[in-house]
Amino acid sequence: MNHDRVFEQVTRIFALSVIGLIALIGWMLFKESLPALERFGWHFAISSAWNPVEGVFGALPFIYGTLVSSLIALILAVPLSLGIAVFLSELAPAPLQQIIAFLIELLAAIPSVIYGLWGIFYLVPWLRTTVEPFWIDRFGGIPIFEGPPYGVGMFAAGLILAVMIVPIIASISRDVLRAVPDTQREAALALGATRWETTCVSVLKYGRAGLIGAVFLGLGRALGETMAVTMLIGNRPEITASIFSPAHTMASVLANEFAEATDALYLSSLFCIGFVLFVVTFLINAGARWLVYKTMSAPSGGRE
Amino acid sequence: MSLSYSRRLMTDRVMKGLTFLAAIVALVPLFLILTDLFLKGIGSVNGAFFTELPRPVGETGGGMANAIAGTFYLIGLACLVGLPVGICGGIYLSEFGKGKLGATVRFAADLLNGTPSIVIGIFVYAVVVLPMKSFSALAGGIALGILMIPTVLRTTETMMQLVPQSLREGALALGVPYWRTLLSVVLRTARGGILTGILLSIARVAGETAPLLFTALGNQFFSLYWDQPIAALPLQIFNFAISPFEEWRAQAWAGALVLIGLILTLNVSSRIFMRAKR
Repeated sequence: MNHDRVFEQVTRIFALSVIGLIALIGWMLFKESLPALERFGWHFAISSAWNPVEGVFGALPFIYGTLVSSLIALILAVPLSLGIAVFLSELAPAPLQQIIAFLIELLAAIPSVIYGLWGIFYLVPWLRTTVEPFWIDRFGGIPIFEGPPYGVGMFAAGLILAVMIVPIIASISRDVLRAVPDTQREAALALGATRWETTCVSVLKYGRAGLIGAVFLGLGRALGETMAVTMLIGNRPEITASIFSPAHTMASVLANEFAEATDALYLSSLFCIGFVLFVVTFLINAGARWLVYKTMSAPSGGRE
Repeated sequence: MSLSYSRRLMTDRVMKGLTFLAAIVALVPLFLILTDLFLKGIGSVNGAFFTELPRPVGETGGGMANAIAGTFYLIGLACLVGLPVGICGGIYLSEFGKGKLGATVRFAADLLNGTPSIVIGIFVYAVVVLPMKSFSALAGGIALGILMIPTVLRTTETMMQLVPQSLREGALALGVPYWRTLLSVVLRTARGGILTGILLSIARVAGETAPLLFTALGNQFFSLYWDQPIAALPLQIFNFAISPFEEWRAQAWAGALVLIGLILTLNVSSRIFMRAKR
């Protein structure tokens, strides 16, 4: 047989195994979560009972904690990251741009557990003694800022998540903006627009879909982030309006309870949470990648 | 437009300033974390830290020799799993991956990259730990290996693409078969770049904690058995950080300093090398 054919087939098998792996992950998680799905059905997602002793499981508190902490992270991180991306791609002088891009990427290299460690001993005490009392004093009447300043809670988790997803959103947005063809900029500059006006009028508009994709990639990361959140969110399966109160996320309940789940239904319920997390991040990432790809591979004369 | 020119120039300048400020704000945590890690950790990083086992509660000193060895052991296992798939898959994408299948594999690699690492952890629990009926270094290594695949795959592809077409043609013109050309000419030329991709992926998985929680599990003692639970630096940092004991927390900071030193060295050196390559 032809050696070249054999070589191609062998490498193809390895390449195919990546697709196989994704499929296998989805299938195994689904299979393991079947007992819980059969027992609770849709109630699993809308019930807030989580009682391993009585064998009743509902994932709503975890879904809620995940969504709220990720939302806080997005609100803080999106303006910041888009600002950074615009600065790096459009406005910064070249040497400054390289240094800042380098440092922002360092931020992405710090492991989650170290963010958590730093959060426990520096961020949480600061929030508890300074930031949260200040907010609660002034805006405590609004339900989302109510309650005692715990330090740990959804806000602490959201804040550290924001720091962690800024590098992701910023670097992908920068790549998207860089892919905007220069003809777009030149058109605006030729009309006498300043750098900033050019950015607004042509660059950001042209890259809009890709920027949304970048934000969603950041969201996908925030939803599944485990260690730092587990260390900072307070791990209490409750649904409260106040962003300063402790909560639980899907990832953090897995980290906390998976190893001690001896009962089959309990374990299956945790697998089910993992399955939901997998499907949600899968869909978000697929959509986001498609948006980024569409923007970056658009013809250079102008889209459509 | 009723806005005067000077007003527009002012807006331009203000926005330049604000976006610069955004970059500075994002870098404040980096600066704070690195200085706090250094100040809190440096006191406990000494010879004993690298050679001794953790001490029981109440005793100061001791080290994380087991966790450091465990982390290197796990990285070794992860390479055995992740490198063949990453490198061979990357060769396929670069040389044969122009069609639909190639695009699908790239897409799958991106999705794998975006899958939360804790999900990989429980997946490996289901396929390795449950059948073996035991937490093990092997399971931890497989989990980390899966996390390495996307980075290695995409760097291998990029680096092989960077090898000039004329080199391939030269080898083929000498009568070398295509597969030999790829292995001994293209792959050889690209190996520096591929190596940096590997180092980058090692830097990423070295700090991973979540996928090890239910696979490698952690171990208070020194162990290098593939079928036994094994300690890892990030796991040890986590367990000591959430403990109520002052001595253990000091050790967690020291562990974090060592870990970040390892990761930043790998990360920065591979990125400098990668930049020189392009």
